[in-house]
Amino acid sequence: MTTVAEPRLLGEPVEAYVPKLDPKQVIDLARQAGLTGRGGAGFPVGRKLAAVAATGRPAMVIANGAEGEPGSEKDRYLLTHQPHLVLDGLQLVARACHASALFLYAPPAALEPVRRALWDRRREAVSVRLAPAPSTFVAGEASAAAAAVVGGGAIPADKMVRLAKREMPTLVQNVETLAHLALVARHGAEWFRTRGTQDEPGTFLATVGGAVVNPQVVEAGYGVPLGELLAAAGGPSGPLSAVLVGGYHGGWVPADPELPVSRAGLDSYGATPGAGVVTALPASSCGLRETARIVEYLAGQVSGQCGPCLNGLPRMASALSDLAHHRIWLGMTSEVDRLRGLVTGRGACHHPDATARLIGSAMRMFHEDVTAHLKGECVAR
Amino acid sequence: MRLHIDRTACDGRGLCAELLPELLESDEWGFPMARGSSGVPEELTRAARRAVDRCPKLAFHLAPGS
Ligand code: SF4
Ligand code: SF4
Repeated sequence: MTTVAEPRLLGEPVEAYVPKLDPKQVIDLARQAGLTGRGGAGFPVGRKLAAVAATGRPAMVIANGAEGEPGSEKDRYLLTHQPHLVLDGLQLVARACHASALFLYAPPAALEPVRRALWDRRREAVSVRLAPAPSTFVAGEASAAAAAVVGGGAIPADKMVRLAKREMPTLVQNVETLAHLALVARHGAEWFRTRGTQDEPGTFLATVGGAVVNPQVVEAGYGVPLGELLAAAGGPSGPLSAVLVGGYHGGWVPADPELPVSRAGLDSYGATPGAGVVTALPASSCGLRETARIVEYLAGQVSGQCGPCLNGLPRMASALSDLAHHRIWLGMTSEVDRLRGLVTGRGACHHPDATARLIGSAMRMFHEDVTAHLKGECVAR
Repeated sequence: MRLHIDRTACDGRGLCAELLPELLESDEWGFPMARGSSGVPEELTRAARRAVDRCPKLAFHLAPGS
């Protein structure tokens, strides 16, 4: 682990500490800090807390450490090294929305250190139940997590249908988000805002991998230049052709060391920091082949419920694989575009949308490769 | 009102697209697809409600909003 400047989450492990705040104080702190979700979607935490608190009904809160992105390791790392910080944050959220049920949902191996930490906290009023998360890609999706902790399959559900059923209000927060909230409660919203940017305050955990010397979990403020992030993982191990930011549900960006890693900085590439997965692609690898491999994987992770996703993703994967491996047919790039449009917005979760977006970013970032492949050539060195 | 399809329940036989051709078409696998926006104009609300009632999977819904 390395930090770009002062560590926060990656500092010395802390003991349990939950300051006595009332619900409104917790919500106000989250708002003033400008804390957003670190699981990928980046939704403002204060707003989510306020919405659940406003129902006036006891809620179920889930600390989500399922981390379905294959390249992501930061949640497991955090649960191992700072379990109390995550549990502190979970207790604060519990207070904010009068929770009557608390869960920590993560892969079985990541639950072990939490089990030990929970023993130190056994006198807490609302106890935390541990729920094992399967290692599938969509297991970390919020509605999949909500289904899994109560014993169902870890598969996404239709949002509107779930709301209409008026089940117990459910709040799902990424474990890193909770750890940040615990730090905000300790040090204040002003302190939190001293890192990151005005619009995207605070630090985030990144899992930096691929063609770097020392792949590892890195902590940095939003807006950190891409080059500094890579340098914290030992720097590139050779010339790079591009970097995948935000994981398999993310987008390709140029390997520009100055590029700010923030929503604002990555927006023009159709990417976001997401859950902080940053993977460097060596110039010797073909970006189209790498993308085809990822899309193949994503097509295999479809939860098999929604027709357009179930049918469309394998079709996109095979068209992309044809392009990557020089099996050229007439109109193949426009067919890829058409399929992207066809699946977007037509699944219960954003798996098809994110897959289509990743392909779009690859077609833009590797457009020279696309042209070369269509002529039976390749630009990878 | 607007159309909402619970994609986890829809079987893709396309009954709704047959009943509401003004608003829906079937994609190449049979799954319903909005022709334009998913908003339902006033004069089609009755037809839309009928399609909701006849969806064999209870997957077809009308939701508030446009
Ligand atoms: S959109 Fe795809 S991954 Fe998401 S719930 Fe539907 S079938 Fe599963
Ligand atoms: S009628 Fe219902 S199940 Fe059939 S295609 Fe339409 S939404 Fe799907």
